[in-house]
Amino acid sequence: MSHTSNRTISDAVTAETIATSGSIAPEAVARYAIGLGDDALILAQRLGEWIAHAPELEEDVALGNIALDQLGHARSFLSYASSAWEKTEDDLAYFRDESEFRNRQLFEQPNGDFAQTIARQLVASLYFQALYNALCQSTDQTLAAIAAKAIKEVDYHVDHSVQWLMRLGLGTEFSRERMQHGLNSVWAFVAELFSNDPLTANLEGIAVDPQTLQEEFDRLVKKAIAEAGLTVPTVPAARGGGRAGIHTEFLGPLLAEMQVLARAHPGATW
Amino acid sequence: MTSPGDFGGRETWPLWEVFVRSSRGLSHVHAGSLHAPDETMAVRNARDLYTRRAEGISIWVVRASDITASDPDARGSFFESPQGKEYRHATYYTESDSVPHL
Repeated sequence: MSHTSNRTISDAVTAETIATSGSIAPEAVARYAIGLGDDALILAQRLGEWIAHAPELEEDVALGNIALDQLGHARSFLSYASSAWEKTEDDLAYFRDESEFRNRQLFEQPNGDFAQTIARQLVASLYFQALYNALCQSTDQTLAAIAAKAIKEVDYHVDHSVQWLMRLGLGTEFSRERMQHGLNSVWAFVAELFSNDPLTANLEGIAVDPQTLQEEFDRLVKKAIAEAGLTVPTVPAARGGGRAGIHTEFLGPLLAEMQVLARAHPGATW
Repeated sequence: MTSPGDFGGRETWPLWEVFVRSSRGLSHVHAGSLHAPDETMAVRNARDLYTRRAEGISIWVVRASDITASDPDARGSFFESPQGKEYRHATYYTESDSVPHL
């Protein structure tokens, strides 16, 4: 295809426009935005591990695309958050340590096999979809604009994971078994997504209380899993605490890989 | 449409040809090909592979094995016959003075 991209340059919000807009996030809003940004950033980094390892070249591109969408959301949230302390998105992504990351623990979990990644994507995408739909109504205009742009992308991520859930669930006996195993593996981390988020305190009208998202999520995820001929797992919830900087053993190695270049060569550009 | 999960006993994904329409009023143009397990996923893979830079507003996918093509070895009999038949072009004919509104 010829290059036709210039014709569709839009006014959609990007990390660059946020960084140059001069709008300063109030500190409480910035702390909330860090949590949202970290969820997307850590999931993007995880998904990126599939590149050159997916079952098919086409799926490599699909997962890579989703990872890049997530990275875009992360950059927007972290750019906005960093304005509160006269920092940059890179300061927040590369120069915070593990206990300073505020992502929910689901997003740092290992990819496992393809079915386990699809299970995590299903949960993550439905969560983001409910969250961003609600965040579009935020009285903070930057958060609302980021959510409005992200929701179109997340709708596609939901579709991608549901399509694969159906195919693996209704495929062979082996694929059904792997898909159920994938759901069982990630389910302990579902409850944390909808647990009380300390970062939303005193941000009524600006932040989204995650507890309000659970009903819609439960309805959609149960429907999708039933249509795929699978069972909603019943496993005890993990202890959670990602928003307070408590993480599973999987986040450290992920951060080491993500941050090593920026820390070895601070300020490097290419 | 194939139902999700019906993989027809195949071990490898079939090949699909992708056609993208860049804007309203134009035709779908062949963009390339890809592998996908079924037509539903083929449209999604095409979206990811061929419309990342806003190239299109509509995608068609066709299973490559469903396309019947002309025989490259029959190029002479198929495509070289019009040579020397300029009278098949409108420009071959001269305007007649007695037809004022042509």
